[in-house]
Amino acid sequence: MQFDPVLAESDLILSGIWLTIWLSASAIVLGCSLAVLLVALRTLAGRWAGIVVDAYVELMRNTPFLIQLFMIFFGLPLLGIRMSGVEAALLTMTLNLGAYSTEIIRAGVESIHRSQFEAGVSLALSRRQVFQYVVLQPAFARVWPALSSQFVLMMLASSICSFISVQELSGAAAIVEQRTFRSFETYIIVTAVYLVMALSLKVFLLWLGRKLFPQVSGLSRLDAKAEAA
Amino acid sequence: MPAVLIDDVHKRFGQLEVLKGVSLNVESGQVVALIGRSGSGKSTLLRCINGLEAINSGRIEVAGHVVDQDQKKLRELRKDVGIVFQSYNLFPHLTVGQNIMLSPRITQNVPQAQAEKLAREVLAQVGLSEKFDSYPDNLSGGQQQRVAIARSLAMQPKVMLFDEVTSALDPELTGEVLLVMEKLAKDGMTMLLVTHEMSFARNVASTTVFMHQGKIWESGPSQDVFGNPQTPELRNFVSAGRK
Amino acid sequence: MQTFGWPEAMFIFRAAGWTLLLTVISFAIGSIIGGAFAIMRLSRIKLVRNFAATYILVIQSIPVLMVLFMSYYGLSIIGIELPPFFAASASLAVYVSAYLAEIWRGSIESVPFQQWEASSSLAHSPAQTYRYVILPQAIRISLPPTVGFLVQLVKNTSIVSVVGFVELSRAGQLVNNATFQAFQVFSLVAVIYFAICFPLSRLSRHLEKVMNASRSH
Repeated sequence: MQFDPVLAESDLILSGIWLTIWLSASAIVLGCSLAVLLVALRTLAGRWAGIVVDAYVELMRNTPFLIQLFMIFFGLPLLGIRMSGVEAALLTMTLNLGAYSTEIIRAGVESIHRSQFEAGVSLALSRRQVFQYVVLQPAFARVWPALSSQFVLMMLASSICSFISVQELSGAAAIVEQRTFRSFETYIIVTAVYLVMALSLKVFLLWLGRKLFPQVSGLSRLDAKAEAA
Repeated sequence: MPAVLIDDVHKRFGQLEVLKGVSLNVESGQVVALIGRSGSGKSTLLRCINGLEAINSGRIEVAGHVVDQDQKKLRELRKDVGIVFQSYNLFPHLTVGQNIMLSPRITQNVPQAQAEKLAREVLAQVGLSEKFDSYPDNLSGGQQQRVAIARSLAMQPKVMLFDEVTSALDPELTGEVLLVMEKLAKDGMTMLLVTHEMSFARNVASTTVFMHQGKIWESGPSQDVFGNPQTPELRNFVSAGRK
Repeated sequence: MQTFGWPEAMFIFRAAGWTLLLTVISFAIGSIIGGAFAIMRLSRIKLVRNFAATYILVIQSIPVLMVLFMSYYGLSIIGIELPPFFAASASLAVYVSAYLAEIWRGSIESVPFQQWEASSSLAHSPAQTYRYVILPQAIRISLPPTVGFLVQLVKNTSIVSVVGFVELSRAGQLVNNATFQAFQVFSLVAVIYFAICFPLSRLSRHLEKVMNASRSH
């Protein structure tokens, strides 16, 4: 095995790494924002809004990421919406992660005990204010582990964007492979990079969870009390 | 005009009628205890007063507001009517101070500095000034319940409702909470409380209402209700409580 | 230029058959390997346990696309040249094995420990305990997440074109390249995937509900 020719292309690989990180980070922020919006809509708006949100979530969860990507990259231009590969990739990742996160955060919101809601409205908060100030953060804290796994899966799935020639890490690997004819070596290196990135992201999200939600441990105790009451 | 006016209120959960025509007036500054077995409808009645449960028929007025299921009107009503729950229901992700300031800040647009001053005042009132920056989980049950009372007081309510606020507490922690409530009563707060603490009802409440099977079975000045019960049901209830 | 008509649609439907077959075969092979790893993961021998844990962690921490590339090129480097369908199945099976191993390990571990004690106090051997006491319960517990994973597998078969096999997604791509009618083509493809995945998703959720209901008794 010869790694030297592959390592000679490390600039390309590095730029691929950056694009993967940028795409993933942006999709996580945008996807989560979308999810919070959709969960709010589902919780606060009428029945029809809920049905629409559920339909969107089911549609995204039961079709492959690749087909969603193709729809957006090849389909939207036919409607006159032109976008670059990177833009299509980011949009697809956001919509996809948004759907999965909606499902997860919804479960978190439903797990918050009714008594918290009652306490909120009894303090003259509107339903929207209860959602925003009382329910949302504990719900997030409770589902943070599930969300974290989904973020890592999204980062890994971003490799599929290479199908529309986006030069994130996998796309960069394809070019390196064509230039060097060292397929196995290229993919060993790139796989190792993904492994490091995934493990780092896991550790980072664990740390971030502790930072953002220092009261997580208390939530389970709160439930126990509510059950006992 | 009475602070709380309840007129022929009926409430059903599905087939089950839990309130079968309840009428009651509470004057301003009065402290009224609701007693009775579990299932007698006393907690439901309390929850109807601030609109947590919708009534099926009858009329409730409290602090000048008619109880209605219109969300806007309910919010106005709830600014004037505080409620404290059995399970405290503090918000676990907010500090004690933030718990207290939340509602004044976002429902009454009180500026931050003023809200903080207010929060410190009510916290001092319940004797927990040093806990301003603590999280609820680091407090004992009794302390949490006192914070819950302070949180309601920060709304500067005209009427306070207490729903079995000591029932979830260990016996040695009930005293501190009852003391806070007694002080409130002395300061002239209009209070309606569901309680199992018979001596508290007898000594602090001016009026005691005994509920049974969804109806007000007997009511009157606390001394009379406890000292000279008229009905066998209340006699049984009072003597069972003494054991 | 071709337009998107019946022949193209039929081509896509036939490819959907390959997607299903690919799912079944890779699931079958993957479940055998995955089962072995699940048991290794619970072995009393530390080395075996760690090996299995590392395998699972690594496969779950790299893109499915990379699993495909690595198994495909890995196989060819040790001299095994498989026809595209088998290359795709074998590569997917590696991916399947790691996820199933983790799901099944969790299921076996969630059988209450008292069951082991009860069984061994009835003088059952460890193998008998597994066979008659633990596995029947673990399988029930594992059903909802296993069916749920099947949905992920169906969706992930969409990328096996990288090892040269034409299934539903690749067929859609080919038709799109010929017709440039992306909306019609990929809508049909998406509808077919949805028709396969949605019932499985519902089944998974239904099984979970049944399981929760029976557990609370």
